[in-house]
Amino acid sequence: MASVSRRESRAGWLFLLPWIIGFLAFTAGPMLFSLWLSLTHYDMLKPPRFVGLENYREAVRDERVATALWNTAFYTVLHVPSQIVLALALASLMRRAGRAAGFFRTVLYLPVMTPPVALAAMFLLLLNGQNGAINEFLGWFGFTGPNWTTDPAWVKPGLVLMSLWTVGSTAVLYLAALTRVPLERYEAARLDGASPWRQFWHVTLPGISGTVYFTVVVNTIASLQVFTEAYAMFFGARDQQSKEGDAALFYVIHLFQEAFGSLRMGYASALAWGLFVVIAAVTAVQVRLSRRYVHYEGERS
Amino acid sequence: MKRALVLLGLLLVAVAFVYPFWWLVSASLKDRAHVFDNALLPAPFSPGNYVEVWRAVPLLTWIGNSVVVGLAAAVAVTLSSAAVAFGFALFRFRGRGPLFGLVLATMMLPAAVTMVPVYLEWHAIGLATTQVPLWAQNLFGSAFYVFLLRQFFLGLPSEVFDAAKVDGASPWRLFTGMALPLARPGLVVVFVFELKNAWTDLVKPLIYLREAQLYTLPRGLKAVLDRFGEGGEAQWELVLAASTVATVPMVLLFLVAQRYFVRGTVTQHVE
Repeated sequence: MASVSRRESRAGWLFLLPWIIGFLAFTAGPMLFSLWLSLTHYDMLKPPRFVGLENYREAVRDERVATALWNTAFYTVLHVPSQIVLALALASLMRRAGRAAGFFRTVLYLPVMTPPVALAAMFLLLLNGQNGAINEFLGWFGFTGPNWTTDPAWVKPGLVLMSLWTVGSTAVLYLAALTRVPLERYEAARLDGASPWRQFWHVTLPGISGTVYFTVVVNTIASLQVFTEAYAMFFGARDQQSKEGDAALFYVIHLFQEAFGSLRMGYASALAWGLFVVIAAVTAVQVRLSRRYVHYEGERS
Repeated sequence: MKRALVLLGLLLVAVAFVYPFWWLVSASLKDRAHVFDNALLPAPFSPGNYVEVWRAVPLLTWIGNSVVVGLAAAVAVTLSSAAVAFGFALFRFRGRGPLFGLVLATMMLPAAVTMVPVYLEWHAIGLATTQVPLWAQNLFGSAFYVFLLRQFFLGLPSEVFDAAKVDGASPWRLFTGMALPLARPGLVVVFVFELKNAWTDLVKPLIYLREAQLYTLPRGLKAVLDRFGEGGEAQWELVLAASTVATVPMVLLFLVAQRYFVRGTVTQHVE
């Protein structure tokens, strides 16, 4: 039997080989490499020059880092909760839509398929302050919409608004989670005379809290790395600087510009490690909080 | 009554979600004077925008590049992730648990951390300005897909494999002859997800592609936006025509493969 299990073990490792090679070549190796790079000045022309912690000291003083951190935090704090709440509301509605749910699921998911650059191009015009459709819509109700794409105070809220259009994937995930909450629990709650609102707080939310928690973590990590839409809308080949002041300068955009615009590979690596620490810290806090608030009992997780 | 309210609410939401698509297609068919008018139907009807943008930029080349890169990325990641997932699901060996934990951990790793060093690796072997970095990493499996396919393999009846093992089938035969055909729905999920990711990604093309001849569609679209959009010549109808060209294939892919997208999205969280 020993030889059989040794054969089995060898076969297992062989199947895992691609991943192990990839992990060493594209994850572990690069991480070590970048840790060392972050202690150097490297412009790809001359060999890296060791400078100790200078890049990190510079990052702490860099005003654009401060701006980028502020912008990224601002965006994340607005984007994640609004995404979660809207997705939950839409999923709850779909849950009650009976056979029509499939149709609405299709419609809500479609925007997720749009290439972000196309989305950026569309929303530059839809959000346009003078003649954009969104402000025209607000005008029907007597509101004068802001200059979403040019007023530095409104650029980030505009990006958050735009991000809500792709809420569909989260809503679909919630819909699936909602259908796993046992119906008997709602009946029991109704017998106790619980209002729909109380049912939501005491049956629905505990029943799907594991899924909600998962989406909060994943969305936060993604949101702290927000890049594509903002870059496509406000940064380009001609001007490295955003025209709208620095209102859309997010952390990864700054990192990208330092690395591939200015070829400051050492400094960009230090910035990347800074982001890694921030994300790890935020995730750790969320894990701690989850121990208090997340109930896994109802879910097959 | 309550049901009617729910449906009415959803219908309003649906209108709001479909509107940007409608607006995009409609505006892409308007002439320059009317592209900002938000009219539901284009008047005058100007399909010439598509011809004009087709002549101004190598749209067909970019579509071809996107198809090639997308297919390479999707095929590579599907097969490699399936092999790795099969290794985790079917064989028992020391270190399997911790190793799978490591796979899951890499899912949480911010991509921005490896962006610079991986670029320098491709630069070191002289491939940094080719399309290779856009798909070659997919040859080594990807954590989320490994996770997803492992679920699939674990869901298959193990007796089938045990019987075949007793019959002396080699592990490779088990994989190609039984596991792959049985897990076909899972493979399709991975394939269509990655096709969509590769087709829509801007980050890697921005980092790696320098020549317009090598651009994928999103990178080309960014160039169109830079040239004809805000800071450029203000020919938005061309930008929108190109945007439509980039979007339509993904909409069609979704309509054809909807259930696979939904299945993949839902499997994201069964930890």
